[in-house]
Amino acid sequence: MTVHIILFGQLTDITGVDKITVENCLDSDSMVKSLQNTYPALIQSTFVIAVDKKIISSNTLLTDQCTVALLPPFSGG
Amino acid sequence: MKDETPSYERYQRQILLKGFGLEGQHKLLQAKVLVIGAGGLGCPALQYLAAAGVGTIGIVDEDIVSITNLHRQILFTVDDIGLPKASIAKERLAKLNPEITIAAYNERLTTCNALAIINAYDIVIDATDNFSSRYLINDACVLLNKPIVYGAVSQFEGQVAILNYHSTIGIASANYRDLFPTPPIDGEVLNCAEAGVLGVLPGIIGSMQASETIKIITGIGKPLVNTVLTYHSLTNQMYEIEIVAKEVIRSLIPANAADFITMDYAWFCASPNNKFEISIENFNRMTNSADVEIIDVRELGESPIPTDFNYVQIPLSQFNNKIAAIKKETIVVFCQSGKRSLQAAQLLFNTFGETKIIYSLQGGITEWVKNKST
Repeated sequence: MTVHIILFGQLTDITGVDKITVENCLDSDSMVKSLQNTYPALIQSTFVIAVDKKIISSNTLLTDQCTVALLPPFSGG
Repeated sequence: MKDETPSYERYQRQILLKGFGLEGQHKLLQAKVLVIGAGGLGCPALQYLAAAGVGTIGIVDEDIVSITNLHRQILFTVDDIGLPKASIAKERLAKLNPEITIAAYNERLTTCNALAIINAYDIVIDATDNFSSRYLINDACVLLNKPIVYGAVSQFEGQVAILNYHSTIGIASANYRDLFPTPPIDGEVLNCAEAGVLGVLPGIIGSMQASETIKIITGIGKPLVNTVLTYHSLTNQMYEIEIVAKEVIRSLIPANAADFITMDYAWFCASPNNKFEISIENFNRMTNSADVEIIDVRELGESPIPTDFNYVQIPLSQFNNKIAAIKKETIVVFCQSGKRSLQAAQLLFNTFGETKIIYSLQGGITEWVKNKST
């Protein structure tokens, strides 16, 4: 099972890339944990998670080829 | 006078548009839009709204023009340096379109003046540059039932959304807290002064805010209601995300004007003094209590290892997995310098909210050891 992750803003400073593909993440919580294992600095980052372009507020089952976006807040104006 | 006999000649090119017409122009002339922040986002938004003939425009900004503003805040010139932004913006816009009414508020939006100022307008454009203003504007607009056209930028990326807009019957309107329920940790998200910003980017995002505002006033097109659009200026990639309104979020917002006035948004956004920090003296008072869970959030193997009090070890890297198991009502976290423990405290707060009392040892175990030896 393949999940496509898109990262925005300051999160890409941590990962160095704006797109990541992960295998075998059944739900959003395990996907975030797997990302945090690879990039520990993400543990202290604030972001919202959108699965297939819709913001989620609790652990959500992921499907093959779905897209998960991690969006941090911006303050600048 | 100007309401009865508006000069439509200047609007001729947009009146020509299918679906816009005279009716759209009438709606613009009757609309009242408040732009909060006359900076990188506010300047282009103000220019286009004034040029398009929005009948009443309010401008809130307590700041003065400085030289570092000029690469993106295109209403101002070198002659304006040191002068109040709101007044100068009003002066420029009045020259651009003398047929509209413009009000300048050379003051900071606070819980004391926000409800009175916002209440006089139909739509609020959030063009601010800090989180405490964004949460304050959101909560005020939820209380007053006013739509927000939100914009924010960072380096090369921007976000635009229409929030708190009640359009379709049966669909709950999402607000800023449905997008970002709690503010980031102080210092985590850098502002333009710290992280930098390409000058044209707020020009694009501020123009999009003006465009979305015109769309909801005139009823044309498909505005970004309950949707946040992200734009990346280096790759030209755009991505839309749907924001879902959540019942639980409403409880985070003050219930009425009296509660709103007592809110401390600077404190809520934890700047500059962090709300979780406790002194060494208060920390020492808690180390003997059986009701207090003391947690070392450093990674395994870090020294010094304190022996004067009991504590458990939950390294920050494993924190999220283990938070739920914490039973005690009061939690005190510490680390080496007091920085990681602040992040841990925020994670605890995100999980437990106000149901537990959460503290972080200021200065960390390093300061504690220093204090012990003196």
